[in-house]
Amino acid sequence: MDIIGAQLVNGVSYGLLLFIITCGLSLVFGILGVLNLAHGSLYMFGAYIAYSLTATYTQSFWLALLIAPISVALLALVVELILLRPTYQLGHLSQVLLTFGLAYVFHDLASIIWGSNVLSIPVPSIFSGSIAIFGQTFPVYRIAVIIVGIVIAVLLWYIQEKTKWGAIIRAGLSDKQMVSALGINIKLVFTIVFVIGGLLAGFGGVVAGPILGLYPSMEFQTLILALVVLVIGGLGSISGTLVAGLLVGIVETFSRFLVPELSMFLVFGLMAIILIVKPNGLLGKKVA
Amino acid sequence: MKSTFVKFLLVIIALCLAPFVLSLFHLNLLTEILIFAVFALSLNVLVGFTGLVSLGHAAFFGVGAYTAGLAAQNVSSNIIVTLGMAILFSVIVAAIVGIFCMKVNGFYFLMLTLAFSQMIYSFIHQSTNLTGGSNGLSGIPRATIGGFEFANAVFIFYLVAFIFIIAYAVLRIVVKSPYGQVLIGIRENETRVKSMGYNTSLYKYTAFVLAGGVGGLAGSLYTYFNGFIAPSDVYWTMSGGVLIMVLIGGAGKILGPVFGAALYVILETVISSYTNSWMMIVGAVFIIFVIFFPKGIVGIGESVIQKIKTKKQQTYGKKSHAA
Repeated sequence: MDIIGAQLVNGVSYGLLLFIITCGLSLVFGILGVLNLAHGSLYMFGAYIAYSLTATYTQSFWLALLIAPISVALLALVVELILLRPTYQLGHLSQVLLTFGLAYVFHDLASIIWGSNVLSIPVPSIFSGSIAIFGQTFPVYRIAVIIVGIVIAVLLWYIQEKTKWGAIIRAGLSDKQMVSALGINIKLVFTIVFVIGGLLAGFGGVVAGPILGLYPSMEFQTLILALVVLVIGGLGSISGTLVAGLLVGIVETFSRFLVPELSMFLVFGLMAIILIVKPNGLLGKKVA
Repeated sequence: MKSTFVKFLLVIIALCLAPFVLSLFHLNLLTEILIFAVFALSLNVLVGFTGLVSLGHAAFFGVGAYTAGLAAQNVSSNIIVTLGMAILFSVIVAAIVGIFCMKVNGFYFLMLTLAFSQMIYSFIHQSTNLTGGSNGLSGIPRATIGGFEFANAVFIFYLVAFIFIIAYAVLRIVVKSPYGQVLIGIRENETRVKSMGYNTSLYKYTAFVLAGGVGGLAGSLYTYFNGFIAPSDVYWTMSGGVLIMVLIGGAGKILGPVFGAALYVILETVISSYTNSWMMIVGAVFIIFVIFFPKGIVGIGESVIQKIKTKKQQTYGKKSHAA
């Protein structure tokens, strides 16, 4: 029983990590209708910038947690203004492909700047200890990730459901033209949402860095997991993303524990089954 | 019709002469281009003609490549056996995957094809006993037919070129046929085609299986060419790469994927001989195409030819006025 409880804690912390990584992608898709295939790359930049900050310049994880997401958000701003904004009239598919091309560009940019060695971000000293749950010891950092994930989920939920900004975002989700007819600058909303998406991706990169590590092509692996979570949860639904993140995290952790050779297979199998049974994902709205 | 036949004949003659003109390096490059051209042609049936954007096409390439490799190792290196088994297996896999993928559309189709291809990738990656796992499959015997062995680059080039021409001709006939026209109709407006009484699901399904089979064929060619298969050839970035080829070349044009594959392979080879950052250049070129030339290389060519033609007509018009 203890061992199952321990796996559950691991699964939940991994699931919330996936949620942190995916929620930006989900938000952007929900509002802009852009499936941002460069999201993994933004995540990667967050992790690498955090590495540079912790390893060389300041050696402070907290400063990295502040600066890296902001830098990534600035990058996202540039991408939105220069690439996405002029191409909104081209249609959704072109934008998917555009961001895919961007992922190629970012891939080499990162390897030029940071090389192609496997790197790691040290766990900040406050969280370097461990804690006993179910008679098993857990790194404190994993527990911290759980708390951070819950905080982000609550924050996003609060903004979406209780504030005026959230109302605009929800309205934009269901009818963009109506929102702009009501006198809201929908282009500005798009830009801000995309920048927030970048901020969340960068933040995810910093938080996940100490657990998942930094290596070449990390962004493609992360992106694919994020896409799985996004699709299982339902495109554009934050609560769906949370549920799906937890589901994928728990399934992956348990299958890695019970049948290690099948773990990735099971995750994609889960996604296929859910898509076939509920084509719009667990909590998603219908998307054309 | 006649001019197409002449053009076709010219291409065949040019391909036959290629080994006498090109250096070994360039011949191998051309072989690789033709292999990826077959692969991209197969995806174009889905993306360009039926309007189904798949991000999991590497799965069929991988199934074909691994089947051909394993068949050559365990059954016979005769290409009729390896090619037949590669096509058969990829058609079976496509038929199974297709049943599920036909249930969804748009983004969800993209994601579901991705999910299945990643499942196949995980399977290949994990079954170390069968496929060699992450080390890949090596020591594949060279392709043979009867007592003849495709022992050097020139023979392999002729084999690949021969199959490329057949695959191209068959796919061209298919998309020009009434069947192909229905596929184009589905791309333009599925509801309308459905209301005309066509079973659109069946058409899409057969297109999916056809694309899977030809994709597997391309995979088996890759095995003959390299004699080695790695799981990275089945990873989803490969699916993305072939999608890039189709779109750069011109989706929905029968010749498009050939040009796209050529540009992609040439860019990759040329740039990686100078710097490691070939993905950056390919990505940038791809972005430029998506924004400025959505119809791809063939689209550019067509509009240039169109302009020349209208200019000619104008000058003729002026002359006749003068007369």
